[in-house]
Amino acid sequence: MIPVLAELAYWQQSALKVVGVLAAVLVPAGAFVQLFLFKMVSHLQSRLGPMEAGPHGSLQALAEITKFIQKEDIVPARADRFVFKMAPFIVFVTVPLIYFAVPWGPDALFSNIDAGVFYVLAVSSVSVIGVLIAGWASANKYSLMGAIRAAGQLIAYELPMVLAVVGVVIQAGTMNLQGIVVMQAEGEIFGFDAIGNPFFLTQLVGFVVFLIAMQAELTQTPFDMPVAESELVTGYMTEYSGLRFLLFFLAEFAAVGAFGAVASTLWLGGWYLPGLDIDANYMNLVGPAILFGKILFIAFLVFWVRFTYPRFREDQLQAFAWKWLIPISLVNIVATGVFKVVF
Amino acid sequence: MTITERDRHYVSTTLSEARVNLEIETDGMTLNLGPQHPATHGTLRIIVKLDGEQVVACEVGAGYMHRGYEKLCEVRTYPQVTTLINRIDWLSHFANEVPFILAAEQLMGIEAPPRAQYIRTIFHEMARLGNITLFLGEMGLQLGAMTATFYAFRDREHVLNLLEAVTGGRFHPNFDRIGGLKDDLPKGWVDECHAVMKKIRGFCDEMEDLVMGNEIFQVRTRGIGIIPKHIALSYGLTGANARASGVDLDLRRDDKDIAMAWKHADFKVWTHPDGDSFARYWVRLQEVRESTYIIDQLLDGLPAGPIMAKVPRIIKVPAGEAYVQTENPLGWMGFYVVSKGDLGPFRVKIRTASFNNTSVIPWVCRGLYVPDVITVLASLYFILGDIDR
Repeated sequence: MIPVLAELAYWQQSALKVVGVLAAVLVPAGAFVQLFLFKMVSHLQSRLGPMEAGPHGSLQALAEITKFIQKEDIVPARADRFVFKMAPFIVFVTVPLIYFAVPWGPDALFSNIDAGVFYVLAVSSVSVIGVLIAGWASANKYSLMGAIRAAGQLIAYELPMVLAVVGVVIQAGTMNLQGIVVMQAEGEIFGFDAIGNPFFLTQLVGFVVFLIAMQAELTQTPFDMPVAESELVTGYMTEYSGLRFLLFFLAEFAAVGAFGAVASTLWLGGWYLPGLDIDANYMNLVGPAILFGKILFIAFLVFWVRFTYPRFREDQLQAFAWKWLIPISLVNIVATGVFKVVF
Repeated sequence: MTITERDRHYVSTTLSEARVNLEIETDGMTLNLGPQHPATHGTLRIIVKLDGEQVVACEVGAGYMHRGYEKLCEVRTYPQVTTLINRIDWLSHFANEVPFILAAEQLMGIEAPPRAQYIRTIFHEMARLGNITLFLGEMGLQLGAMTATFYAFRDREHVLNLLEAVTGGRFHPNFDRIGGLKDDLPKGWVDECHAVMKKIRGFCDEMEDLVMGNEIFQVRTRGIGIIPKHIALSYGLTGANARASGVDLDLRRDDKDIAMAWKHADFKVWTHPDGDSFARYWVRLQEVRESTYIIDQLLDGLPAGPIMAKVPRIIKVPAGEAYVQTENPLGWMGFYVVSKGDLGPFRVKIRTASFNNTSVIPWVCRGLYVPDVITVLASLYFILGDIDR
């Protein structure tokens, strides 16, 4: 806890944390929508994108949110009303739960959980439940197919994701996310310690596997069968409108940020950059900016792939997970263990 | 009694249904793809019976956009009909006009002067470019690669601009007249056209890298929706769909009597032995390239002279019947015109390519997964207006 804040009352600290988590969820999500969905992809596709709201269309994200809030909240006649209305919130709540464990500086953390890695991977799968009940409660065939595809896909890709992280945990010797950042900052690669040991250098295989599995977990192209718009209209989101659709939409983009934060904490050194003083107080201010920069980089990769590649078929996706990603990450774990024992 | 392909198809469909229901005792799900669905390019309705995600049976319901063109043609004069038939296959605009005009000319016993024939052929090929370039991008979109579509729209724009420069219309030129053309080419158009053809060839290279060369695209299309040669022939498939199944048939090359300038150009008709979705994409990509070469050659050999034959001010077509078909972007398009010597046709029968091309969908979709149905629909490439007329 940052020294200044430690003197505040408990309820004040909690209120600040809530505001902080909300900011951590919404700022990256808004930034991705504006920066990548509206602008980067437009320029990739030789068009300008939205130009009217604000200079160079920079306020378009706000305009969109206003639009969605104004729309009518429609519940299909045959839908299971309560479950249908609840589903978007379950999907959305996953994201703040992930952010809750991510450290942003030496003292700037919401919660220092000892089994942080375990916690993050556990809560990241909560969204599957939301997706499943959204598809089921919609009383729509497309929604149902989308939801079942999503469930199968998220379960299949949970495994390589966990296995990829195991390599990092073995190397760091801790499951605490803050501990992993410190290990990367103070580590060494075979005696060379000028830049510490960002784990993407020694755990490159795990990093790549994690990025691919992350793409699938986030249901982004080439793994976007649950929402494949040319087949299933928009999958489990088909019947949603207005604010509830906005929640799904924001959750999708905020989840990119959350997984990006986890990936950069585990592999890219988190809030630390080589050459800075890891214990200094100013890192509590600089750290979040550094981590945000790294999240942007990971998100850029995600959206770049998303807008370039066509999508797999469902069975091909499963085959890819079970035949390639899982064996590769298992070999990676064995290799990491051997190196850890030998050196 | 001989068992035809149709009988075999029927028996195998019912058998497969029976087998599925006996083996795992599940009720199939009937899914309506369309009439309002993103993958059907409009309002085609496809009813698929599913076992899990596998298609057990599939039925095509057309007619949601029927506009009665054949009947409408009967209450119009000959020059007015061209305005109408522009809109049958709205992406092939000019190419739709050509067979009708040729049929009318055949009945009147006149032939357009050579320059008009050349320009007609050039525009016919440009309609092909405008149509198929869109397909090359659209196929990517149906498989989830969004970016390719925008590149297709970007480069199709050059072709449309060229058409607009001559005819004043981007989608519906309405430029063909009985006996020739409305206007001559504007100054400097030929050089511009050469430049655009180069750009389109660049676009083809780009699509080869971005879409066709992509491993995921190949996994999704190779071996999916195979149409063997005899099935293609028996269902009356034409155009690139037939050529992708190894049927070496192209009216541009094979029909020597038609009053168009293809006989003066040297080009290759590409076929592919596989007959799957990838083959259909590949054949169309080669076709666009070949088409740019045809235009280049015709522009170089463009003869001087009038663009209009001698025709009376008020066109009355003598009594008789004529059938003319041309190789349009989607396949063969034919007009059967019956005249009784009036200002307008007595009866017009339109043969469009998409109607036959979509008739093969039930045959080819059986046993595929739902995402593959989308691949097959995209690769067969139909335009709704061309099915329903």
